[in-house]
Amino acid sequence: MLKNLRNLLKYRQLIQSLVARELKARYRATVLGFFWSFINPLLLLLIYTFVFSYVLPSRQPDVDPYPLFLFCGILPWTWFSSSLLESSNVLIAGGNLIKKVLFPAEVLPIVTVLANMVHFLLGLPILVAFLIYYHAPLQWSEAVWFPMVVLVQLLLTLGLSLIVSALTVHFRDFKDILSNLMTFWFFATPIIYSMNGAPPIGKTALDLNPFTHLAVSYQEILFFPGDFGHWKWLLALGAASVLLFFVGYFVFDRLRDSFAEEV
Amino acid sequence: MKPAIEVVDVRKTYRKYSRRHKFATLKSAILSGSMVGDLNPAETFNALNGVSFDVPAGCTFGIVGRNGSGKSTMLKLVAGITKPTSGRVTVDGRISALIELGAGFHPEISGRENVFINGIMLGLSKREITRRFDEIVEFAEMQDFIDAPVKTYSSGMYVRLGFAVAIHVDPDVLLVDEVLAVGDEEFSHKCLDKFAEFRRRGRTILLVTHQLALVERFCDMALWLDEGRSRGIGDPRRVVAAYITDVARQEEGQIAAADAKAQAGVATSAGTGSAPAITPAREVAAQSGHAAPGRGSSDDAAAVTKRAEASSAEPAGLQDMFQAGEGRWGSREAEITDVQLVGEDGQPAHVFQAGERVNIRIALHAAHALTDFVVGIGLFNIDGVCCFGTNTDHEKFEAERLEGDAEVAFQIDGLDLVAGTYKLDVALHRRDGYPYDYHRLLHSFRVKSRVQDVGIHRPRHSWSFSGGVRFTPPAKESGSDPIFSEREVENGV
Repeated sequence: MLKNLRNLLKYRQLIQSLVARELKARYRATVLGFFWSFINPLLLLLIYTFVFSYVLPSRQPDVDPYPLFLFCGILPWTWFSSSLLESSNVLIAGGNLIKKVLFPAEVLPIVTVLANMVHFLLGLPILVAFLIYYHAPLQWSEAVWFPMVVLVQLLLTLGLSLIVSALTVHFRDFKDILSNLMTFWFFATPIIYSMNGAPPIGKTALDLNPFTHLAVSYQEILFFPGDFGHWKWLLALGAASVLLFFVGYFVFDRLRDSFAEEV
Repeated sequence: MKPAIEVVDVRKTYRKYSRRHKFATLKSAILSGSMVGDLNPAETFNALNGVSFDVPAGCTFGIVGRNGSGKSTMLKLVAGITKPTSGRVTVDGRISALIELGAGFHPEISGRENVFINGIMLGLSKREITRRFDEIVEFAEMQDFIDAPVKTYSSGMYVRLGFAVAIHVDPDVLLVDEVLAVGDEEFSHKCLDKFAEFRRRGRTILLVTHQLALVERFCDMALWLDEGRSRGIGDPRRVVAAYITDVARQEEGQIAAADAKAQAGVATSAGTGSAPAITPAREVAAQSGHAAPGRGSSDDAAAVTKRAEASSAEPAGLQDMFQAGEGRWGSREAEITDVQLVGEDGQPAHVFQAGERVNIRIALHAAHALTDFVVGIGLFNIDGVCCFGTNTDHEKFEAERLEGDAEVAFQIDGLDLVAGTYKLDVALHRRDGYPYDYHRLLHSFRVKSRVQDVGIHRPRHSWSFSGGVRFTPPAKESGSDPIFSEREVENGV
């Protein structure tokens, strides 16, 4: 397994060009091209803002301005959920490569996660524009935590993607289960509501959700005034994510030999 | 010297798929928590079963065998795409597998970008690809289209580009799976040239193909796989010959079985039609061509008006007889009890070499003595074209007497037909055409030839050249059709 992990470094050129291909291919032949990377989160934001400002107005006073609060959670969530959903199909879709070419299969889910991360990063300028527009109380001492949060999310997403992609090859039902699970997961994460507004029992439950700590971290850094108080949780999640990445890789590695026969 | 490819006692077990099985794996996986699922031996099959061979570096090694014999599985194991269930495969050096060309091309992006990504997938660095890029594009003959998205390519372009990239990886070991079947004539020549160049440079090639001539021409060694086992390994000509012999034997069995089935089918249907409403009415030309299927159609037309329906199972007229499917009819006053084709070795057979001497042995039985009878045969190819037909009457044999058991042998000195499947009509009837026993297309046989000529009849022929024309004469087998015994092949197990 460690040998394979080392190989992963050798594949970085391959991963790099596949991510580039993924991004190029995604918006090829669209009129707006790369702008969709900006427009998509913007439209999503618009819809949620409309729904939770006018249709189901939020009664929480601490999440004002609401669009900015929402954006802090939705942007990373989109990266996370798209990565997992796409990973569930990536080995089956790339079956030709796995069956007919000597190809390191783990590259496929990794490319999926990284390509979605690039979309996330491309959404950041819009987030920055929002921050400026709303005069958000941003502190540099907090902002240095931001890359750390992204890194933790990357590790967590990679670990889960490896597991999801490997398991779906064997149990295709998992794909459908997952898409419903992600909807549930979204509402079980303080993205459209804030952690403070949750009842005490709900709070304990939310603490068990790893993405809670990512969402809260993003919100504390970018949205809420005051120091970044969630760093202990973040570091704990970081440690867990490293572990999860290795577990994910281990599961993937164990199942690897069966892919060529099952996809 | 260390072999380039070493395969030691390799077994590859696949699971058979069934709905129930799938459910069982999911259930057992959940119950037992084991994610791999237990292999139930009842639902597995061995694609490869204890195969061993070495390919020395610089050798061109061919693998032949029927569909499903494990050739492609073997190639995938050598490529490292799948792992053997047991045994060991080691390969020395960089591998490039021409198994599926252009696998991994992304349809939306340009050929140029795909060449780079495909090259990286196959283990080249960006710099290496940049250096070889022009060569790749030129080889694929894609100069004009390299910047178009791959989805706009024709399948030929797609495959050419895939081949060009794979071949320019410059591997130490090249694995080729039946890829020469793609592309036009010119391109496959180019591919062969490229392979030849590989050989000259001392690279190892593993070739899986059904084009046996290619194996004979190109390979230094060959392996014959049959149902996952090695049946022979060694000199390609001998391995291929042994394989061909075995295929012929297999076909022999199939044709014999089909024949038996056709005749059994007639036997049962004969029971229903066995109240022969024989109406020898509306007679009948003296020279009815009933069993002389080679006659002209004007005769046939005349015969239609004259011919009587001889039994309920019989088609309405001679015209229909030509269109009729297989069947058997007649009054059975005398019967054809058995028909055998006997080859040069004196054994009944169904597969013959072109040009072989063949005896058609017809066993007859007449319960009562007959004095008016004609024995006829007709040869038809698979399109229903009559290749030859004659009968004893046409050839001026005067019938005298048929009683009890008898045998008629019809000897064909040289079966000068092109390769293919043929059907046989055998008939016993009166001179006026009234059928005693008519076997319509009930017996089949196959003619094998390694010359790919066309048509129906192959006249005995030869070529000679003089003046300003010169040919390289064919390699020594291609003219004749030698039969090698399988025993000549070194057994590889």
